[in-house]
Amino acid sequence: MSATLQPVIGFFGSIGRLFIAALAAIGRVTVFAATTISRAVRPPYYPSRLFEQLMQIGWFSLPVVGMTAIFSGAALAQQTFTAGSRFNATSTVPAIVVLGIVRELGPVLVGLMVAGRVSSAMAAELGTMRVTEQLDALTTLRTDPYRYLIAPRLFAALIAIPLMVLVANAIGIFGGYFVAVYKLGFNAVGYLDTTRQYLTATDLQMALVKSAFFGFFIALMGCYHGFRAQGGAAGVGRATTDAVVSAFILILLSNMIITLMAFG
Amino acid sequence: MADTPKILLEGVRKAFGGNAVLDGVDLAIERGESMVIIGQSGSGKSVMLKCILGLIRPDRGAIRVDGEDLMAMSARELETARAKFGMLFQGSALFDSLPIWRNVTFALTQGRLRDSAKMRKIAAENLERVGLGSEVLDLRPSELSGGMQKRVALARAIAPRPEIIFFDEPTTGLDPIRADVINDLIVELVEELGVTALTITHDMASARKIAHRVAMLYQGRIVWSGPRDRLYDSGNPYVDQFVQGRAEGPIR
Ligand SMILES: Nc1ncnc2c1ncn2[C@@H]1O[C@H](COP(=O)(O)OP(=O)(O)OP(=O)(O)O)[C@@H](O)[C@H]1O
Ligand SMILES: [Mg+2]
Repeated sequence: MSATLQPVIGFFGSIGRLFIAALAAIGRVTVFAATTISRAVRPPYYPSRLFEQLMQIGWFSLPVVGMTAIFSGAALAQQTFTAGSRFNATSTVPAIVVLGIVRELGPVLVGLMVAGRVSSAMAAELGTMRVTEQLDALTTLRTDPYRYLIAPRLFAALIAIPLMVLVANAIGIFGGYFVAVYKLGFNAVGYLDTTRQYLTATDLQMALVKSAFFGFFIALMGCYHGFRAQGGAAGVGRATTDAVVSAFILILLSNMIITLMAFG
Repeated sequence: MADTPKILLEGVRKAFGGNAVLDGVDLAIERGESMVIIGQSGSGKSVMLKCILGLIRPDRGAIRVDGEDLMAMSARELETARAKFGMLFQGSALFDSLPIWRNVTFALTQGRLRDSAKMRKIAAENLERVGLGSEVLDLRPSELSGGMQKRVALARAIAPRPEIIFFDEPTTGLDPIRADVINDLIVELVEELGVTALTITHDMASARKIAHRVAMLYQGRIVWSGPRDRLYDSGNPYVDQFVQGRAEGPIR
């Protein structure tokens, strides 16, 4: 082997190793998700844990989600107006606001905000339980951590995030309406009429499908990384970072795939 | 089957990476016996307990409880078999999201909210056995001192009245008086309730008080085991150095 080829081979070698490591991680996550679901369908069930998680993930995230939605809707209306005024197309404001919020901004921004709040909290809590042997203690007390800890989080996120996206969509549209009517001089009745005209069931369904995926990824990444944490406080910190970063990437990636498939 | 040991380890081996922590452990614990394991920090005592509980899977060897091979069991059978065990973790491992009374009764409720009044009563009874009053019932683990947490963890381990109890350093971090209360409790569990006890300790006074037999783990194997009375004249250089706490000797 000639010396000039060495760096090239090294380069492809490290790409190959990265690729294999990524495949192995996907495999582990898949096994983790499949284990949770297969255990969760058989009793014992923990409805009170599910309720607790619904409150944590859904109810207590509402202020953050509401603010995200109203600010984004308001900014979107202004941007559309400014851009549209160059082509005499300012009347597109209500349509663009409703389509932009329902199809993209609502689900994605809620997903990212909740991922920041919830994936990190889950990873930190489960990671701490792992490194302080609470998960081992749970097992010796004959309680399955997958049923008791993971399944309630996964299902709560699956239910709560789509509901929150619906709320965020409504608030986001209101944010746009507020700016359009009180700052940009739109007629209130006309604005709402146009909004209703462009708000379709298909778009709402797609928002719900997207957000169900996002919810699943948010809880899965939080639980998976927390469950695997090791190495004390530093390990819990790493798990938390990994959970948030991987949840962000999965949300943005799945959003792109679903959008490209739906409109392709 | 009177001669079947309660717990039997044969050639148990467990390595982390290249580091063989357990390297062929053979140990038999009889029904109703109180066995104490001694050994240096990091010698694999806690790992050994976790192997018996099925929390860590050994690379090789066999572990039998009442003659039944744990490693051949399905996940569900293992969960049933775990009803025999109580475990006091070295770091207490209390559930910090739950109040003390729900921690203590966790083995009975499996985390569900049921019979609160009855469960609080059971929790108070078990806490009393470890010298804690009912004023701690509604506190969280983080509101207790380390020694109190350890005693709550002990109450949690004994609450379901298991046949076998593992104590990982039960007296570490306790004052001498509290430590002796715990020693008395272990003796009482063994003598009066017929519990089989396996205790890890660095506390020689505790070992002398609670043990029927003592075994020493060194470099992944049991290098000596014998009755408590032979602990100080075992004739084994490793045991001698350990119990006398000398820096010079075969162990370094
Ligand atoms: N999950 C794990 N992964 C990797 N190594 C581990 C793991 N658990 C234990 N070890 C290693 O196994 C060895 C034995 O650990 P163990 O906790 O059994 O020691 P110990 O005898 O209980 O010590 P101590 O008296 O200090 O509690 C240590 O070197 C530890 O680093
Ligand atoms: Mg230990």
